[in-house]
Amino acid sequence: MSDYDPVEVTPLHADELARAEADALAAISSAADLDELKQVRLAHAGDRSPIALANREIGALPPAARAEAGKRIGAARKAVGEALATRQTELEAERDARVLVEETVDVTLPWDRAPRGARHPLTTLQERIADCFVAMGYEVAEGPELEAEWFNFDALNIAPDHPARSDHDTFFVESVKSGKVLRTQTSPVQIRALLERPLPVYVISPGKVFRTDELDATHTPVFHQVEGLAIDKGLTMAHLKGTLDRFAEVMFGEGISTRFRPNYFPFTEPSAEMDLRCFVCRGASSVPGNPPCRTCKSEGWIEWGGCGMVNPRVLIACGVDPSVYSGFAFGMGIERTLMFRHNAEDMRDMVEGDIRFTLPFGMEV
Amino acid sequence: MKVPLSWLREYVDLPPVTAHEIADRLTAAGLKLEAISSHGHDLKNVVVGQVIEIEELTGFKKPIRHCLVEVGEAEPREIVCGATNFAIGDVVPVALPGAVLPGGFEIASRKTYGRLSDGMICSEAELGIAESSPGILVLPADTPLGADVVELLGLRDDVLELEITPDCGYALSIRGVAREAATAFGVPFRDPAALELPATEGVTHPAEIGDPTACDRFVLRAVSGFDPSAESPLWMRVRLTRAGMRPVSLAVDVTNYVMLELGQPLHAFDRNTIQGGIVVRRALPGERLETLDHVTRDLAEDDILITDDSGAIGLAGTMGGLSTEISGSTTDIVIEAAHFSATGVARMSRRHNLVSEASKRFERGVDRELPLAASWRAVQLLTELGDGVAEPGVTHAQADVAPVSITIPSGHPARVAGVPYTRETVVTRLEQIGCRVVDGVVEAAEGGRGVAATGVVTSGDLAAKLAVTGDDPITVYPPSWRPDLTDPNDLAEEVIRLEGYDTLPSVLPGAPAGAGLTETQRLRRRVGRSLALAGYVEVLSYPFIGARDLDHLQLPEGDDRRRATRLVNPLSEDEPFMRTTLLPGLLKTLVRNVGRGFTDLALFETGLVYRPGADAPETAPILTVERRPTDEELARFSAALPEQPVRVAAVLAGEFERSGWWGQGRAATWADAIEAARAVAREAGVSLDIRADQHEPWHPGRCAALYVGEVLVGHAGELHPRVVEAYGLPKRTAAMELELSRLAAPAPAQTPSISAYPVATQDVALIVPADTPVSSVEAALRDGAGDLLESVRLFDVYEGAQAGEGNKSLAYTLRFRAADRTLTADEIAAARDAAVELAAAQVGARLRGV
Repeated sequence: MSDYDPVEVTPLHADELARAEADALAAISSAADLDELKQVRLAHAGDRSPIALANREIGALPPAARAEAGKRIGAARKAVGEALATRQTELEAERDARVLVEETVDVTLPWDRAPRGARHPLTTLQERIADCFVAMGYEVAEGPELEAEWFNFDALNIAPDHPARSDHDTFFVESVKSGKVLRTQTSPVQIRALLERPLPVYVISPGKVFRTDELDATHTPVFHQVEGLAIDKGLTMAHLKGTLDRFAEVMFGEGISTRFRPNYFPFTEPSAEMDLRCFVCRGASSVPGNPPCRTCKSEGWIEWGGCGMVNPRVLIACGVDPSVYSGFAFGMGIERTLMFRHNAEDMRDMVEGDIRFTLPFGMEV
Repeated sequence: MKVPLSWLREYVDLPPVTAHEIADRLTAAGLKLEAISSHGHDLKNVVVGQVIEIEELTGFKKPIRHCLVEVGEAEPREIVCGATNFAIGDVVPVALPGAVLPGGFEIASRKTYGRLSDGMICSEAELGIAESSPGILVLPADTPLGADVVELLGLRDDVLELEITPDCGYALSIRGVAREAATAFGVPFRDPAALELPATEGVTHPAEIGDPTACDRFVLRAVSGFDPSAESPLWMRVRLTRAGMRPVSLAVDVTNYVMLELGQPLHAFDRNTIQGGIVVRRALPGERLETLDHVTRDLAEDDILITDDSGAIGLAGTMGGLSTEISGSTTDIVIEAAHFSATGVARMSRRHNLVSEASKRFERGVDRELPLAASWRAVQLLTELGDGVAEPGVTHAQADVAPVSITIPSGHPARVAGVPYTRETVVTRLEQIGCRVVDGVVEAAEGGRGVAATGVVTSGDLAAKLAVTGDDPITVYPPSWRPDLTDPNDLAEEVIRLEGYDTLPSVLPGAPAGAGLTETQRLRRRVGRSLALAGYVEVLSYPFIGARDLDHLQLPEGDDRRRATRLVNPLSEDEPFMRTTLLPGLLKTLVRNVGRGFTDLALFETGLVYRPGADAPETAPILTVERRPTDEELARFSAALPEQPVRVAAVLAGEFERSGWWGQGRAATWADAIEAARAVAREAGVSLDIRADQHEPWHPGRCAALYVGEVLVGHAGELHPRVVEAYGLPKRTAAMELELSRLAAPAPAQTPSISAYPVATQDVALIVPADTPVSSVEAALRDGAGDLLESVRLFDVYEGAQAGEGNKSLAYTLRFRAADRTLTADEIAAARDAAVELAAAQVGARLRGV
């Protein structure tokens, strides 16, 4: 190969060109990595490569020879260019494969650097219940936990010597005659809602309540209830049933079987207990001869909560005219609901704050 | 209430259905099944035998008899027996080989004490009649030999245990349950109280009612010549036992039997111990009475007493006095059957902590028309079974009580139920429970207001508010055994429950659209979620604390949190107060988790604290329930109740970021506690102003007061080492507590304008005195830099020698950006210099290296 000298144009021989092309192709295919290929590109396809030099000489050729020479050189340049591109792609792929292999990590390594906490299922269950009723148009009402006795008992038609009053194992505050107690039920919120809100009233009120029970697997002195109250014109027991059936479906899934059974609460008349079909035995244990069921004590049903048509005496204590308005109220235990819905077996787990109990419940139940 | 079905079937012709089917119907009517117990179903091959020979075997540790017993077979049986309370000729129950006794105990022919024993002579306990028995059951001499004992004695029975609600006093009797069962099955009911009463002249024993509000009917009958050695017959003892009462003596058993059957509590006096005439009255100051349980009781002035010339001889309807008790030698008996005030008995029974079968019934309402019949039934049984003679005459003192009537439109039950009952259905159902139903409105007799089951008289005013008017009125007179029926809705319930709650349709009401959760309620949810996402686990601890907690927290005398509400009857005397801070519960829960093997812990709780006002009234009012309270009355409630703000608190210990294969973790510190508070504040759309503070229970040098504007909302930081020690917490435990109620619900966030111009970044290192709070340096930089400042970030704190003695170096990155242009170098430098200058002016900062 001679240096380019535009003055001394040497004729371009076909065999020389062919050799240059062969040299280039050989060099390309033997380039081992991208760096080598870069050198090869410079030497065989660069400005000073034999083929490039030959290309420049075309202009110096006699016109008759130009077309033929141009055609040959063009073909050589194309072959070299394609070979370079192909090799480039091959070498890049090889490099990528190698680098990515080198960067491989063990993706099965654990990662709990900042573990997530969790909300207590009794809290999130109360929220889910509230959401169920908010979707039906209810609002969430609240009231104090340390409550005036009048709200907790008297206004709910539980007179001082009413047997129901002694059934509530009440925590008295300051003195037994202070007129203040830890609320034994969420029902006083009914009274507050009726006193504070314009009619009609549709409220749901989850919250903490207190009774002097010792803590054991099925009792806790501090527990949670949800109270519902609807006061409107023309509400009936059929509306109560419809509402609780819907509530049961949302909580326990379609097809849950429910039962209303007469019961007594001073603040509702008529009153009913809402029972659910036992989840465990599906009622089979109540048939004589079948194995007993611990969950429902072989009754086939489990008590979920009390309900009824708000006693007109309660409406009167709140200044609501029972000849115009009627309505229903209901109350369920949240702990009980958690037990049924999530197979929680021991009340103590709910109050002790062991993180192993709470963590699996995450952000919602 | 335990109801043996054999007893129930005496008064109602129930179809041949199982005990469960009967229980299901009663449950549907409101008498809820608690349990069914079956008796005698597995008892077989026990026959009546007669002892014809007894040979006393000697040489054993206890007396043993070898008997020959005639059981109606070809040959008498040889039986070895360890009891000695029978003689030759006695008729006894004999379990033959192959018999199965209660508990699956099988009898077989066997050799014992060297003799053949070809069966067993049984005691009551062995037959499942009594819990224990001293010897063999000796049957009446005329009992047919060879007869099946189970059939003969009616030992095969099912007992329903029913839960009776407080309004259903009438169902605390076989009579009441039978009436419900008859209605439930649509079969006839025979009233056991419908007795032919003898026409009798004269007074048995002088008695009068001293206080008609305490007692409105008082009946005495007498039996003389009673044989005190007479025993209760087996059938009676079996029934009492199965109904849950312990047989005592014939006189006592008869009173209990009649009470169980009819629902009328009775009391038996030894007539010869009564001194003079009886007066029913309230207690006088200073009166005392020794009751049957040998307790001498100080009487309160509204206790209802049975008295004679000697003073109190009984707590009415609750417990009798010791001095007039029936003894083993009583031959003359006075039976008392009365109708006492329900509330009076309730109050008395609670005051003396005395709950008896009688008080339970009186509290819930007893049929006022029962005393004459029930006392006669008792006299009949005492004379039949105890050889006595009924004394002529009856004492019957009573106060007039106007009949109760309730007028309702016949459509009222339908309107309550949402089911179209016909008028006929309504009337029929009301008549089934014993009501008399009259068409139209009947004016009540003077004073004829209802007396509730509780004995609380419904005032005219309240009755008027309760009245339901409308088309087709009917006037309903409830039966004497249903004092619970006072209001229109009481009648509606009777109709609906008898028609069946299972027939109620399920209809969703069309509630008006609600407003959803309030901002405060949403905030509380967000706070919980954000803390949980940040690693905290929620706990719900009991809100009870003790004085020890306040000491453990190192709270000084006079600290507001020491003014706590005290419970009268706390679960534990160690924790008699309502919490004034959430921390004790959280700290104890933390310790419990540490004890269970968890070292890296972050816990939070949201809940109320109870903060009594310093000069709150001691009592909350008890108002009338016949009208809405006035605003002034409602204000009195609010004033009397403690403030109950919502707080959120968090505690953390161990590693907040875990160590692992990635390297060393990071211990939980005061900074995490403050950050938890910031996370809460962020959810409320505010940023906290953090100020150094000294506030127990926090470490005095590591405690932040948290402010929103000038409102103190809480504290955070590391706990005081003494608190850590007192609770046994991990070292360096940190905590925050914040009053959510002091955070306003956030205003809607405003959309920022996003500048498309480039950012200019400037780093500055400032030397400040070491005790300068960083927050004040940053505040000065922000103010000084002006509107062009986009953000300021502290990226290094250095307190080494190069900062100079007593100084620290703070390195900040300031980012500048304008909304409408690219900033020039001059503008940027001017803004930075202004920031530094203000920091110099406000906190004495100077640029490092200058």
